[in-house]
Amino acid sequence: MSAVGTPVTRVDGPAKVTGAAKYSAEIGLPGMTYLAVVGATIASGRVTAIDAEAARAAEGVLAVLTPEDLPKIAAEPHLLPSLVGGPAPGESFFPMQDDVVQYAGQPVALVVAEEYEQAQHAASLVRISYQPTKSITTIDEGRDQAYEAERLFGGLMPARSERGDVEAGLAAADVRVEVAYKMAANHHNPIEAPSTVATWDGGNLTLYESTQGIRATQQTVALLLGLPIARVRVITRFVGGGFGAKAMVWPNVTLTAMASRYVGRPVKLMLTRPQMFTSNGHREEQEQRIAIGATRDGQLTAIRHEKLSITSPFDDWAEPATGVSSQLYGCENYLGIHRLIKGNTMTPTFTRGPGESLGVFTLETAMDELASHLAIDPVELRLRNHTPVDPFGHPWSSDGLVECLRLGAERFGWSDRNPAPRTTRDGEWLIGTGVAAAAYPIAFFMPPQRARARIFADGSAIVQTSTQEFGTGVLTMATQVGADALGVALRDMEFQAGDSDLPNSTAAVGSAGAGMVSSAVHAAGTALREQLIALAVGDEQSALHGAAPASVKVADGHLTSAERPGAVDTYRELLSRNHMSDAEALGTWRPPPLDTPHGLLTFGAQFAEVAVDPELGLVRVRRLNGAFAPGRVLNPLLAHSQLMGGMLWGMSQALLEGNHMDPRYGRWAETNLAEYLVPVNADAPEVRVDFVDVDDELVGPLGAKGVGEIGQVGVAAAIANAVFHATGRRIRSLPMAPELVMDPAADGQ
Amino acid sequence: MRPLTYSRAADVQDAIALATANQASAFLAGGTTEVDLIRAGISHSEHLVDINELPLRGVEDLPDGGLHIGALARMSDVARTPSVVERYPAISRALLLGASEQLRNMASLGGNLRQRTRCAYLRDGVSPCNKRELGSGCAALDGFNRGHAILGTSEHCIATHPSDVAVALVAFDAVIRTVGPDGERAIPFDDFFLLPGDTPQLEHPIALGELIVGIDVPGAPIGRGSVYLKFRDRQSYEFALVSVAAAIEVDDNLVTGVRIAMGGVGTKPWRARRAEAALVGRPANETSFRQAAAAELAEAVVREHNAFKVELAQRAMVRGLVHSLNRSQS
Repeated sequence: MSAVGTPVTRVDGPAKVTGAAKYSAEIGLPGMTYLAVVGATIASGRVTAIDAEAARAAEGVLAVLTPEDLPKIAAEPHLLPSLVGGPAPGESFFPMQDDVVQYAGQPVALVVAEEYEQAQHAASLVRISYQPTKSITTIDEGRDQAYEAERLFGGLMPARSERGDVEAGLAAADVRVEVAYKMAANHHNPIEAPSTVATWDGGNLTLYESTQGIRATQQTVALLLGLPIARVRVITRFVGGGFGAKAMVWPNVTLTAMASRYVGRPVKLMLTRPQMFTSNGHREEQEQRIAIGATRDGQLTAIRHEKLSITSPFDDWAEPATGVSSQLYGCENYLGIHRLIKGNTMTPTFTRGPGESLGVFTLETAMDELASHLAIDPVELRLRNHTPVDPFGHPWSSDGLVECLRLGAERFGWSDRNPAPRTTRDGEWLIGTGVAAAAYPIAFFMPPQRARARIFADGSAIVQTSTQEFGTGVLTMATQVGADALGVALRDMEFQAGDSDLPNSTAAVGSAGAGMVSSAVHAAGTALREQLIALAVGDEQSALHGAAPASVKVADGHLTSAERPGAVDTYRELLSRNHMSDAEALGTWRPPPLDTPHGLLTFGAQFAEVAVDPELGLVRVRRLNGAFAPGRVLNPLLAHSQLMGGMLWGMSQALLEGNHMDPRYGRWAETNLAEYLVPVNADAPEVRVDFVDVDDELVGPLGAKGVGEIGQVGVAAAIANAVFHATGRRIRSLPMAPELVMDPAADGQ
Repeated sequence: MRPLTYSRAADVQDAIALATANQASAFLAGGTTEVDLIRAGISHSEHLVDINELPLRGVEDLPDGGLHIGALARMSDVARTPSVVERYPAISRALLLGASEQLRNMASLGGNLRQRTRCAYLRDGVSPCNKRELGSGCAALDGFNRGHAILGTSEHCIATHPSDVAVALVAFDAVIRTVGPDGERAIPFDDFFLLPGDTPQLEHPIALGELIVGIDVPGAPIGRGSVYLKFRDRQSYEFALVSVAAAIEVDDNLVTGVRIAMGGVGTKPWRARRAEAALVGRPANETSFRQAAAAELAEAVVREHNAFKVELAQRAMVRGLVHSLNRSQS
């Protein structure tokens, strides 16, 4: 009986609901001290003086650290996504090395005190004098300085994507649609604020860190402090959400280690909610425009997709927005461009559905307009443009888009729809429905992933790898995979993670967690099973002695072979007979090469029903239906939760989330959860998640493509298309706030 | 968090004495506002006088058919008190649409009236703000002012008053009862909230050590058909873009009595007296409602990001009057 694919409830559920699960901020160590970070209040300029006298005199204060007190970092940080498996600073900049201020909130001084409240209070007493210089923090301020980026993601990807002749394709089209959108910046806001505990034992550093990548943390801190990697250990038992905010390693982690070394005691840092808006990246303010051309029967002839966004002074960072628009539909002529403006913000970072979620928003709202112009059903238009191959002519590793669109339409009741906008009313509400295709790239930038499996003489087993649980359910999923791979019952398997001493696995980002961890765990369990089978068939005392290894099956710790009907050996007896207290094996999974001849996208389809109050501009989402083809579903409960959460993220992106820079000060206008809006339960509609089965033999031994991002992609477009269907109006900014949605005044004001 | 001292008052006189003894004292009821403001470094309180043991939690009948609400009554308790629900459904509704259930279980009515604006420039502790530091300027005037007020503003402050229940209470001419070092006072609701004018740092005509002990809501049969509508981006735990408390009485299709107040648009809970005056004696229909709303908003002063509120507020007021009319006729 297979554990994989069954709805096993979370193995860490009881620990979480009873409080036994310890998050990084809950780690207690003897002699603990507390760190508060003083952030710059200007966006650009220099620190001219730091008056720390009052802070140093405050009760409980152990140290106030300024750039003069801190050591220089051992190596310049170079931004590279943590997925790659190396050091992963969130920005190519480290604060407190000199007096330069590059962005508001940048750490300029540190306070360490005996108690958290003492540290916070003393931090408020530090007086910083600045010499500000002119800053740029919005697209409008820097529009005339925009340039076309060459590479993205720390140089990992080209910023321009081109094939055919897009201008000729547009010119030859029967119909052209061109749309442009402004998208406000987003902040991740996981409920757990980033927190770090640092403690030194001689030259060895241990960090308890709220991160999506413990190996990335280990390597980054080692690099910046000039320590051998082996001297840095990172422990992360539980993380209270990440969404990309904890995918990279931000300066506060290394600063905590520096502070701990300075005071000679363990130091704990818990960022405040306002500090989370300037400490762990954000989704950058951006503008996207897309032009699509099509024949009268809806075949796409050209797509030109442009993104303009604001990045930091030191990194060419843009979430790549054209990875899906360049591939989703068959279209001979394509141009995708990313333009950047250097601004005084920290380097933006991955935010759930990085880049492509807004790229798909732009493409899929344009497709809706095209469907309108051509009077073709929006689902049908997408079906007509489906392609079985990627732009290089490679077949998808697995597809499912057509099936997702059809299944979603059926479950949603799409065929009942009156295509004419503004035709359905329910009291004060106009009702509309919308659809969007969804797709998210699978990227194989990772190094080999490893896990270790071990079985003991009593039949109990563990599998270990250095990932971490941040709410996705990886502990549960990996337990299931490990049990099946080794051939033991679920109750006999434990999965251990959260410690950089364990075998390598890369940061859980880009929907890669499930695929990478499951593949490594599967490899380890399989390696140990094969080792034990070899032991059994070579063991003269085994009932299976001499059987062909390939004929041996293992389930619930019992070994059988079709060659020996009725003969049974067990792991326990096998180990006992051979005087072995345990056995272990390392398993390695190597991702496919970057140039694998396959198209790599995960597909889905999103359907939304909205109610719009046109007088007051209110949009209420009544239903969301998503159909997804994420490959093998390792645990339907976990997958459903991830996809549903992603869909609500998409709703939030459409209607609520947006932060605004006050360009006069270069500071964010919204820095708490009362002003920066994310949905509450009252906003959550009925959400339905359906799966389309696809076999994928490329993405890993279990065929899991991941569910972390795809749930979020396409939702905002489906909602925007539904708002158009309800009202007859297109809203050209995200979030679609009431003032944008409300019908204009009769007198035109 | 700044070091604080704390004492617990045994009775009202004890509370006043404890608070008067320290120039930087504040009363602590639910703490949902005061503790936030202390943490943010906005409140300068150094001494907290906990008044939670004072017997000020009841809701009692007044002889004129009105209600007395104790200052320490919790928002969630008042919202579900049958006499409130029956006589002033707008008050109950306004309470239930405010904050979150957890906050409503802690927050007191007296504290609700003394909550401070959500203006981010006040709360960030560094931007120019005349409420925080008189003379430093108002960053909101030319800043991100989507949530800011369009009525009752001055060139020194455009901060919106955030309370919901205060909007319903001002519609019913509630009176705030206080006890202070100089004895008892009854302050009409509309006078309790000061317009910013040249003194935006002054928000209430209340002295050091003066304690709100309760709120009197005069008897008003019109209240039984009252409604409170709140419009905002998300459906819970958000302050109003615009809200409206409305109650209407009609005789032979002519308006004989009307109460209108608005939230989210004023520097104080905004009693719409112009609109009320424009409606009495007029036919109870959307045309009159629209004219009345236009009269109220005629003097709105808008900034870059809040201009939409002029139209939104008028539509909301019409909506509130229509709902109240439907309710009074059903």
